[in-house]
Parts: sequence; C-alpha cells; structure tokens
Amino acid sequence: MAELAKYIDVTKCTGCRGCQVACKQWNGLPAVHTEFSGSYENPPKMGGDTWTKVRFFETEDNGKVRFLFRKAQCMHCTEASCAAVCAAGAITKDDKGMVVLDQNKCVGCKNCVLACPFGAVGFSAETGTSGKCRMCVDRIDNGMEPACVTTCPPGAVQIGEREEILKLAKGRVDFLKSNGVNAQIYGENELGGLHVIYVLDDKPEVYGLPVNPQAATANLFGSWVSALVGAGVLLVAPFWLIFKDSGKDVSETPDTGVSKNA
Amino acid sequence: MSFKWLTQAREKRGAKIIHIDPRFTRTSAKADIYARLRPGTDIAFMGGMFNYILQNNLYNKDYVMNYTNAAVVVVPEYKFEDGLFSGYDPAKRKYSNDSWKYQKDASEKTVTDPTLQNPLCVLNIMKKHYSRYDVDTVCKVTGMAKEDFLNIAKTYAATAAKDKSGVIMYAMGCTQHTVGSQNVRCDAMMQLLLGNVGVPGGGVAAMRGESNVQGSTDYALLFHLIPGYLNCPKTIPGNASLAAYNETETVKTSYWVNKPKFLVSYLKAMWGPKATAENEFAYQYLPKYDATKNYSFMALFEALAKGVIKGMFAFGQNPVVGGPNTNVEAKALENLEWLVAVDLFETETSVFWKRPDVDPKTINTEVFFLPACGSYEKQGSISTSGRMAQWRWKAVEPLGKSEADLEIIHQLAVKLKAAYAKSTKPEDAPIRDLFWNYGTDPHECDIDKVAKEINGYDTNTGKQVASFGKLMDDGSTCSGNWIYSGSYPEEGKNLLQRRDNKDTKGNIGIYANWSWAWPVNRRIIYNRASADPMGNPWSKDKAVIWWVTKDSVTGEPFIDPATSKPMPGKWVGYDVPDFKPTVAPDAVDGVFTGNRPFIMRADGLGGLFANMNEGPLPEHYEPWDTPLAKNPFSSKLLNPVVKVWRKEQQGTPDKYPIVATTYRVCEHWQAGIMTRNTPWLAELFPTMFIEIGEDLASEKGIKNSDKVIVDSARGSIECYAMVTKRFKAYEIDGKAVHVIGMPWHYGYQGIAKGAIANYLTPHIGDGNTMIPEYKAFLVDVRRGG
Repeated sequence: MAELAKYIDVTKCTGCRGCQVACKQWNGLPAVHTEFSGSYENPPKMGGDTWTKVRFFETEDNGKVRFLFRKAQCMHCTEASCAAVCAAGAITKDDKGMVVLDQNKCVGCKNCVLACPFGAVGFSAETGTSGKCRMCVDRIDNGMEPACVTTCPPGAVQIGEREEILKLAKGRVDFLKSNGVNAQIYGENELGGLHVIYVLDDKPEVYGLPVNPQAATANLFGSWVSALVGAGVLLVAPFWLIFKDSGKDVSETPDTGVSKNA
Repeated sequence: MSFKWLTQAREKRGAKIIHIDPRFTRTSAKADIYARLRPGTDIAFMGGMFNYILQNNLYNKDYVMNYTNAAVVVVPEYKFEDGLFSGYDPAKRKYSNDSWKYQKDASEKTVTDPTLQNPLCVLNIMKKHYSRYDVDTVCKVTGMAKEDFLNIAKTYAATAAKDKSGVIMYAMGCTQHTVGSQNVRCDAMMQLLLGNVGVPGGGVAAMRGESNVQGSTDYALLFHLIPGYLNCPKTIPGNASLAAYNETETVKTSYWVNKPKFLVSYLKAMWGPKATAENEFAYQYLPKYDATKNYSFMALFEALAKGVIKGMFAFGQNPVVGGPNTNVEAKALENLEWLVAVDLFETETSVFWKRPDVDPKTINTEVFFLPACGSYEKQGSISTSGRMAQWRWKAVEPLGKSEADLEIIHQLAVKLKAAYAKSTKPEDAPIRDLFWNYGTDPHECDIDKVAKEINGYDTNTGKQVASFGKLMDDGSTCSGNWIYSGSYPEEGKNLLQRRDNKDTKGNIGIYANWSWAWPVNRRIIYNRASADPMGNPWSKDKAVIWWVTKDSVTGEPFIDPATSKPMPGKWVGYDVPDFKPTVAPDAVDGVFTGNRPFIMRADGLGGLFANMNEGPLPEHYEPWDTPLAKNPFSSKLLNPVVKVWRKEQQGTPDKYPIVATTYRVCEHWQAGIMTRNTPWLAELFPTMFIEIGEDLASEKGIKNSDKVIVDSARGSIECYAMVTKRFKAYEIDGKAVHVIGMPWHYGYQGIAKGAIANYLTPHIGDGNTMIPEYKAFLVDVRRGG
C-alpha cells in the first residue's frame, strides 16, 4: 500500500479543538483533570490520555497581533525514535508509514516518551503504558478517515497518499505565497520524511516545531548512554529516571504566558 | 461550523472575511480584515458606514431606487434634534410615531420623488441624519483605527456592484445591548443600500445562540406572539373579538391580508371540533395579555422578585447562570412556592437554594426535578436561522428515567385534561376543550401527528393541505403554524426528513431537496429582488429567479391550466419564487405589484426608514454603563425608550473605569450545564477566567493565571486572569479606555465550575425586545486570591 500522510494546514485551522475531543472520543481516552492554564491551550501537555491537542501562540509583529493555532500530534516519522528505543518492540511501522504503538506489548519504560523529538508521546499512569496517535489505523483499514479529519470543520486536517498530500501542500504554499504569505511546508524531509505534512505561514519555531529535529536512533541512544556512564550515572537506571519528562508545551512558550500547573 | 462555509467562500470565490469585534478572537485570527470597536458602539460604526456610502454615492442605485423606500416622501412634521426624534414624551419615555409617516396625496397614495429633489425623501433624510457620523467622530466614539474603518468601508461598499454580494453575520454581540434591535436594523439597512437582500450570498445572517432559536421564535416561545409571527391578543378593544382582531391586526396591502386564515386555522389546531364559527373559533380561549405590561424575561423576574408569580417551569433553562443579573434572578426564585426544573443535569437554577452563601433552611420553595433527554435520545425537528427545518431521529435510548420534552408536556396535558374533564367553570374550558389527539398513553406522544397538525389538514376529510395557500378562515382547515404549512403536504411525506444532498438547480447552493425551509421550501427569501425591475437577473452569476414569457422548450406562451388561456408569462428559476408566480414585472395583481419584492411589507418596499420604538433611523446612544460623560452625537446618553428598573445599579466610570463584555467559547454551550458536565469539554476550559490586556494587567499588578476580583455596580466575582496581547486599551475621545472580556458559561454545579459572570451584568434591556445588555458594562479589576 502507498504511504499515507496527514495534511495539517495552520492557515485554515480555527483553533476550535474539535480534533482534540474527536480523538479522545474515538480512542476512548479519558478526560484529564485540568486547571486554568493561562491560555486557550489545555491540557498543558500531551500525555497517555491526550494524543493530540491544539497549540496556541500569540505574537506581535509591527503592532499587529497574531493568534496562531497548530494541531500537535505524533508525526509518524520515517526515522521514528520511539520505535528505535522501545524496549518491548511495541512500536512498529506499518506499510502505510504509520508508526503504531501496541499498548498490549508496552511495558511502560517511557523511553519513547523521552525519545520523541516532538513531545508527542505520553504516558498514562492509569494504564501504565505509553500512548500516542495511531493515525486511526482501525478507521483507515475500514475505509474511514481519522476521527480528527472527519470532525475538522474548515477542512484544515486531511488524509491521503503522501505523494498527493505533498502536492496539495505545495499547491497551497504556492497559493499563499502569491498572496504575500511567508508560507512553507514542514515534514517533507525532516527525519527521513514525516507522515504529517504541515502548511505553515511562518517559520517552524514560531509554531513550536523543532527546526532540525534529530532522531534518537538506537546508535545515538547508545552514545547518550555511554556519555551518561562516563558521567558516572548508573547504566541500569531507566531513562525516565535520568531525564525528567520534558514535553515542550505551554510552560515553555513565552508568548502564551506561564501555566501554573504545567 | 459556519466558518467551514466562510473558508470555502474564500477558497472558491475569493471572498473577503471582515471581522469586527471588541475582542481579537479565533475568528479575528482567520479574517482578512479585523477591526475592533468599543462594546456598545455598533450604531456609531454603522452610521459611519452609511455616511461613507451615501456621501460617496457607493450604494446600489437601481436596487435602492426601485426596491426600497428611498424615494418616499416623509411628512414635514418629522424632525430630529439633539438625539431625539419628533414625538417624544419624556415622562412616559415613549414616542408617538405620528410624525414618522409617509406623505399621502389627495387620493391617499404615498408621495414619492424619484428625482430625490425633495429634502423629505427617505434617502435625503438618511443622508442628513448620518452626515453627523463623520469618520473622525466615529473613530473617536468606537476607538476603531481610522485606516481600519476606511478599509472596511471601501471593501464592503464594493458589494454594491450588481455581480457581487455580501452577507452580514451577527450574533449576541450585536443584539445584547440597550440598542440591540437598532443594531440589527443597521445590518438590514446596509444590505438594502448595497442591494444585498434577496440575492445569493447576501442577507443578514443571525448566528443563533443555539441550534433551535429560530424554531423557538417560529413557534412563539415569546410572550407577544402566537405561532407563525401572529400577534398575541392583548386586552385592547381592537383585540376584544376575533372580528376586531382581524380588523386591527391585518395589513390589507401585503401578503398578511391572509392573516385571518392563519389565525382561524391555528385556533382549529388548538381546539379542534370545539372551535366553531358560533364561538369565534374559540378565540376567547386564547389568553390576552395586559397591553400596558411587559412579560419578557426581565419583567417576569422583576414580577417574581415582587412575589407576584407563585410557580415556575424552567424547561432547559438556567436563569441563575444565564439571566442578566444573577443576584436578582436567584433571589427572586426564593419567592416561588414551587419550581419545576427540566434538564439533563442538575442546573444552578434547580438548586438555587443551595447556592454559595445561602442557607437552604430559609428557602421554602418546593422544587421538582424532571430528567430530560438530550437531542440524541429523542426525535423531533430543529429550525436553523436559514429557516430550514430538519428532522432528527433518535440515535440512542434515553438514560435512566429521562424523557423527551414532548413526552413531559404530553403527560402534563393528558393529566390536566383529565383533571378538568368535568369542569363547567369558564376558566377551565380552554384546557377541558383542548384538542389533544396525539395518543392517550401518557408516555407515548405521537410526534408524527404533531408534525401533520403543524402542516395542517382539511378538518372534514383529514387530508393534509398542500401549503398555507390552501388554509381557510371558515374552520375547514387547521394548521398549528402556518409558516410550516407545506412541510408535510401529503400522507407519509414529512419533508423535514429529506436528505438529498445533490444541488440540482443552478450553482448557488439551493439544495432544494435537503430537508425543508419555510415558507414553501423557499431558500432565499424575497428572491424577487435578485432580478431587476423588468425581471432579468441583476447578473448571470447571481441569478435566482427570472421572468419568462415563453416556455423555454416549446417556445410557446404558457397556458393557464385553470382557464386554458395563454398567460403573459411566469417566474422561473432555481428557487421557489417569493412572489405570485404569474404576476408580470409591470403588472399589479391584488396585493402584488410586479416590481415590488418585499411582499410582507405594506408598500412592498424595503424599509430604509422604518418605525421602531426609538425612532425610524438608528441613532447612537451609549450603553447603560458607559465610560463616557457625554455622547459625542447628542446630549442623550441612554436610549430614550429603554425601561429602567434598578436606577441605583448603574455603573459609573469613576468607580468602574473598565468596559467589560461577556461571550461564549466554542468549547462550551450557553449556561454550560451540558458542556460543563462533559469531561472532555470541561478539560478544555475548566474554569472561569477573564481576558485582560498586558497593558491593563501590568497597571494592576496582575500576572497571567493570577486570581482576580472583578467588581461592578451589581456584584463581584473571583476568577483567573488570562493576560493576553489580544486586548489593548482603546483610545476613546483622547482617553485610554480598557476593555476586558469574560465567558458566561460557568456556575457552581457540574464538573467544570467557576464564578457566574452575570453577577456583574445589569438588569436592563433593549428598547424593543428587552434583550438584556450583557455585552457592554463597567467593572473594575483587582488582584484576588
């Protein structure tokens, strides 16, 4: 089967967060108990029970305020760090390019949570397993679109064969550029090519995306481990004890204000 | 959801989205042009737009001169001076509209001057009135940047071109003011000036507060109406009998000439065989309200506060959260002997007796709570503001013992009828004789029978009527709501249930076979206006209906099936003509004049000048709570006709210098009881907050996520602060005026809890409708916690 990709056009997203709810509904994910976050963004972080969420950013250019929205989720990387570091072989890539986590196999080591360069994998204390977007492979296998695609009112999120999605994205970028927008694609080549293709109207960092994401391949991971051993850290300590959970979310976004509970 | 279509209009047709709002919102972020105005200054802005369009001759001249009352001459007694129209009585705070009339000639014909030489022509009066709304004054009052105003004026005025159209979408930000009705009238006037009424892509589109607001007004969940926009009878001599009502309420020169047929058919639906010619078709069973009193929401709660009302049904309503002043509403409920609350979850209203700071022991109200079904647990219809009525089927079985509203009402009706069955008291007769043939099983109301009765049928044969054109005033037909007549024209054909999503006629998005729209499945109301006076579409791209004299296939004249004689022609097109289909553009036939599209108006013309309680033209007045000491347009600060109940509860800028406005977020719904109890939605916006600009926050020492206290002349709340770049001080008349915003969804029940915004809002309403002024009031903000 041809590789698929999801198209996310931030210029059409209205930040309604219908995708956030549709994802939880289809995947049977419980609500997270949240408190006021200081922004429209909530829950503050991705997690085992929150596989997608809309990031909100406020900027000001030459006195003109901008209110920006980006649906964040697993990017289904070709060079998928999470799969590379999974201790239990629970994360696999399918023939459509989708990176799928099997929660029945997951042992809860949280390596994937740490390894993900996008902060898109979370851990659920309730199930003791990691969780992330599965691209609704169950729906796709039954001829349906992912839940977020179906629910998105302005059609900012779409699904299709990766080649077609890239064409769609390029066409949209050309259109936006001809209208004076600093548009660009994100995801075509990053990490060997992502299976989430963004159309952005600004630089990736404005939308909280890493400019040059690096894969935590097994080799790279090995070298981190060596470095840690060299630094006197015990090799036996699980990674989640060594690195503190560091999802890049509300708390690190200077322009949206600081969340009291992040 | 509506943004889906805006996005498509932009993608497919190059539409421009203009967003005007005091707050920079998610909509602003996606608009092509965003401009802000101070809450409560819509008329100043729209008056400025009128002035710009009229002074620069940018209006659609052919449309305005032919289809509106622009050329009509007004009586010389008409005056406007210093914020007041002629005929004002300051003691009664009321106008007499005697001086707002059209001039009549000796033969009682309305005087017009198509050359527009007469200064009393409507267009000249309008031009003079709005000449005071120059750009500088408008910007001084609204706080809008001058370049933004000019950009919007230029962009929107361009829709006056015959091959262009523009739609104005509005919601509660427009209506919930002491001048709310006039705000909306400005939208209608603008659309008439630009020729945007009756055309595809035009109109004034109400973004309703919930999915079935249109249905609730169509079916008259309003004190002054009975279903189908017929006036509710009052205690006036002109309404004392059916004959008197028909004489008083029937406008004989418009399609409303048929009103007696609609009313009698309604009475037949209500009282069936007990409504006879001998008893005025049971007209006297209709309650008549005291014409000197108002029975809208605030008036009811003021009466409740005085102890006049003893019992109350709160059907899917949560006035403790949604009412304009929670202190007033919640306290007034304590005077009830009994309260029946019908809802999905325990609302703040249903447990008003255990609200914070109240001792339940001091409250004697007996409260009954009836669990209600959600929309997915029942079948029925909803009506959109496009007048489209759509059937919905039950998707899941109701939870627990919850029941549909219809079933609850049905049980009540069946039991009440049984209780009064043997009564001979005249006051019990309306219930005893009520025609309730939807089944006798108290738990099973035959909804199909309800739908059929709404459409109406022949009371002798029981056969469904085809449309309201078949309704009679002799008791031979019934119809529960004449505007819905035609929705169920034949046995087994409930057209609300249609789901054909093919757009087969033209390319203007008619979708004629998807559900049904009143009247008679017409999708663009007043669509006669889509064609020029001679009956040709203004532009090919915007064709809806047009006049043809010959059959396009045979080339032969049309034959009248009744007389077998040739007809002059007929109106054809993509939509159901909003006109008598055989009246030629140059003909007059009964109430129809061939080149006058607005068939529900007495003169068939769109009203640029039209009587409302506060005058024939919208005029800017400040909100009840205003940051200004003086209205720059006149010496009248407040709308001269609004009713003031609680004079002492007015906020003044010395104590409350900050302007506040309330709003909704798309994650929560209305008074919040359904969404705040949905964990996935509670997670998104878990509690009450205000949005406050960085400038004001720093002035007040407030940091993002701090607790703050917001005070108004009515009350005080504590909540979180969302410090944002999206709010900034306005410059109003050279002074900095800050604006904050807050959602009004929260309360003390459910999963997501938070302070009730409406502790802060005033108990004052619009001069015509009494809709409360939730959208512009004064507060102060300080650090809390």
